[in-house]
Amino acid sequence: MRPRESLRNRQVNDPWHILPVQIVRTIAETTDVVTFEFAFDDPTVAQEYHFSPGQFNMLYVPGYGEAAISIAGKTPRNGVLHTIRIVGDVTHAIARGGLGMHLGLRGPFGNPWPVESLCSRVKKPSIVVIAGGVGLAPLRDLILTLIDRRKDFASIHLLLGARTPSDILYRYEIDDWELAGLDVHTTVDRSNSRWRGNVGVVTLLLERLSLPECESTFVLTCGPEVMMRYATKTSMERGIPDSNIWLALERNMNCGIGICGHCQLGPQFLCKDGPVFPFANVRDWLRVQDL
Amino acid sequence: MNAYSVKKDWFEPPRYKPRLAVFKFASCDGCQLQLLSCEDELLELADKVEVVHFLEATSHIEPGPYDIALVEGSITTHHDQHRIYEVRAQSKVLIAIGACATAGGIQALRNWGDHTEFLRAVYAKPDVIDSLSTSTAIADHVDVDFELRGCPINRYQLLEVVISFLAGRRPRIPQHSVCMECKRQLMVCTAVAHGTPCLGPITHAGCGAICPRFGRGCYGCFGPAGQANCDSLADNYLATRSNTQTLVPLLRNFNAAADEFRETGDRVDEQSDSGVAK
Amino acid sequence: MTLKKVTDGTHCGKTFFIDKLELEHLIAHLTSSGYTVVGPKVEDNVIVYAEINNLADLPQGYREEQSGGQYRLSKSPNSNYFEFNLGPHSWKQYLFPPEAVLASAKRSGNRWEFDSSTEENGEFANKFAFLGVRACELAAIGVQDRVFAQGTYVDPIYCNRRSNSFLIAVNCTTAAATCFCTSMGTGPSCSRERENEFDLALTELDTGFLIEIGSEKGAAVAELLNSREPNEIELQAGKSLLARAVSQISKQLNTTNLRDILFNNLEHQRWDEVASRCLACTNCTQVCPTCFCSTVTDVTDLTGEQIERTRHWDSCFNLDFAYMVGGTVRNDRRSRFRQWLVHKLASWHDQFDMSGCVGCGRCITWCPVGIDLTEEVYAIRNTPPSKRSLPVQSSDQSKVCAVGKVRS
Repeated sequence: MRPRESLRNRQVNDPWHILPVQIVRTIAETTDVVTFEFAFDDPTVAQEYHFSPGQFNMLYVPGYGEAAISIAGKTPRNGVLHTIRIVGDVTHAIARGGLGMHLGLRGPFGNPWPVESLCSRVKKPSIVVIAGGVGLAPLRDLILTLIDRRKDFASIHLLLGARTPSDILYRYEIDDWELAGLDVHTTVDRSNSRWRGNVGVVTLLLERLSLPECESTFVLTCGPEVMMRYATKTSMERGIPDSNIWLALERNMNCGIGICGHCQLGPQFLCKDGPVFPFANVRDWLRVQDL
Repeated sequence: MNAYSVKKDWFEPPRYKPRLAVFKFASCDGCQLQLLSCEDELLELADKVEVVHFLEATSHIEPGPYDIALVEGSITTHHDQHRIYEVRAQSKVLIAIGACATAGGIQALRNWGDHTEFLRAVYAKPDVIDSLSTSTAIADHVDVDFELRGCPINRYQLLEVVISFLAGRRPRIPQHSVCMECKRQLMVCTAVAHGTPCLGPITHAGCGAICPRFGRGCYGCFGPAGQANCDSLADNYLATRSNTQTLVPLLRNFNAAADEFRETGDRVDEQSDSGVAK
Repeated sequence: MTLKKVTDGTHCGKTFFIDKLELEHLIAHLTSSGYTVVGPKVEDNVIVYAEINNLADLPQGYREEQSGGQYRLSKSPNSNYFEFNLGPHSWKQYLFPPEAVLASAKRSGNRWEFDSSTEENGEFANKFAFLGVRACELAAIGVQDRVFAQGTYVDPIYCNRRSNSFLIAVNCTTAAATCFCTSMGTGPSCSRERENEFDLALTELDTGFLIEIGSEKGAAVAELLNSREPNEIELQAGKSLLARAVSQISKQLNTTNLRDILFNNLEHQRWDEVASRCLACTNCTQVCPTCFCSTVTDVTDLTGEQIERTRHWDSCFNLDFAYMVGGTVRNDRRSRFRQWLVHKLASWHDQFDMSGCVGCGRCITWCPVGIDLTEEVYAIRNTPPSKRSLPVQSSDQSKVCAVGKVRS
């Protein structure tokens, strides 16, 4: 009998190979954002399936197509979490399907957050994670990884912006993150009567944040491009070197492996060179309109 | 009114068997007939929707409201002007089908003529005729959820639009040019190889490039493609392979009143020596 | 006479002479070894690539006249088989087909069964022998190899078809007015020095063909032909025909620093000017032998039970191409034309270490309004930008070399 081919090998030689998965849990985050847990049909695939924070999967609903969705985390029973904003064909189909829905998945694809290079510094760095709205989803697993290795860092901050208080994701677990040593600051564009926190853009939080040493501070950000533009600008004004800034971008991804041409930004394929980029690699391209 | 501008409703398909109605305005019925000519698929479709108003198929009419209204034809009379408001008010989604409903159709040629003169020439008693001086698209009068192009429409595209609504996803109706359909089928480009004034490069795909397959130039049945550059094509064709006498009627055809075709057609017409295309 | 192996045990690089009618045997041998022979054929007054059953299918005695937006085929006074250059088709339609099923989904109850092994895998499935591959086209195949077969992930359909393919190159002895392979370093003749991969390469003389062996696979087939050593006159005639093709090439694209020049001129006013002419009709990208953009969509039966994930050629000129929730990224012809040209001539170097252009000139001929990329590049290179320009870090210059040149 032929030795069983590893999952990774199979995917490299046949990137169109679809892994069957089922929705086993749903968590309503906001009015249009839902977190789903996907369980692999095949238990050996579930064991072999490894991803790094920042990578994404192509979720496939037959008849509706695929959507590139960043991975929000893994569960103890080897399920994969995706936090999805319900906006298009595939995401609406997933939302309608809900618990028990059977669908397909290809992945993980893409370039992850540089966790290892952050952990292995001689001088313990400070980490500032800046998230806007649903941009927190691709940062969730990163935050959990950073918390796990809390002792490798001088401090870890999460600056979180949302449209309204009810648009904040993961409200049920942010307190746990704080207890585990994450310094969380939240702001909203529009408050409501119960909101006692900040109101305004997320860069205001960055301006106010006390950072002893900017040279050894790293910024990791994901959110609307406008927000990231100001977040990177403010970071650099505060003296954080541009080589310490990383961001996750979004474009129309169709294949996930850099051969369909859709997701280009200048010389980069967002799906394989990104979605996580060192700021220096994309800053020039982000300045060009309609690129 | 393309696939990307569909409203939230589109993603919330009815949980019951939806009611479908077909309405006719000024038109030749050719687009409705496309629905009938689906034959095999029509039976399966009948399992999924309840056809409650389709005069071409049955005289049985049920009152609204309707989940899907397919509207064929253009608005050419005062009566129709009011009737389309009724249809809109009764329908969850309204889909305009065909060149008449999406651009005014061939009868929009009247927009360039003298309406009173037409009436006098044709009718013994013109004063009993109630008609507008223009033929206009449905979207000029009411909100339209999706516009399906073509003279006539492609039946598979019609099925796709209806099925996509039932499934709660955007219709897969690409806005690109006919050239892409031509090239994907590895057909020879009649414009470049034979010097034919083909409208394919500025025309919305959907027909499967029928005319170029038989060595004929495209004559724009599906109206302008997304962001079509009609001026550039016209200027080039006038310089290399056509003249105003050919080009103006080519642009003023089934989709004469579609914005891009109309503007370029008028500009070319003004350029022509006589000022009027023959 | 049969071939004699050269001393190192390989025939590669050896050249022989065959009669013109030997091509009939070549086609027959390939067909009987299970290849579908594909080559030039006249259809609707155009040279296309289609299945070839015998010598009579080839376009004997034709020549082409090509210019921006115009292609005319005419009869030639002599009876050569390969006096034309290139029609609208390219071999990419066989290696990267315009439509292909990547995977399928079948519903059973509430679950789906997925299958991605949809391409025929039989011994004779998709085994193509390409007859008449020009030097620029060999380079184009090399470009697509990089995209589909040499990245982290490989496309199984392309790789299967590519590894099964047999390439019979033809050296150009004439050139069209739209050819600029000499600027891109890809032609007009095939060369093993340029790392062109071919199995056999033909040079058509009036009296017969010079046939060069490019691979062991090629040698095995050539061995079956009636060949002889070419004489000095024949070799000389071949050389002068190749020189004639070079001398006929008038179009030029200056590639010096081209990547940086384009990246530094993303706001050049020429983009607005060309956008006023460009139809965004996608023809240039569809005829381009290196353009690889595609989209996968689900093709569903009416019941929604059986679904095929179908890939088809797409184009960056397509308005829907860069659609994202909230709008399309390149929402005007200016940005889409810029994407195409800058990708082809600049970004490609960063992505694949080579230019995406092989200088075949198809995009010029088959543009309905005759937009000529060499003229656009010339204008950008030679007129100062009026708008703000983007400073992009200068690249390692050695990176910017034309396709086909040997890289250090």
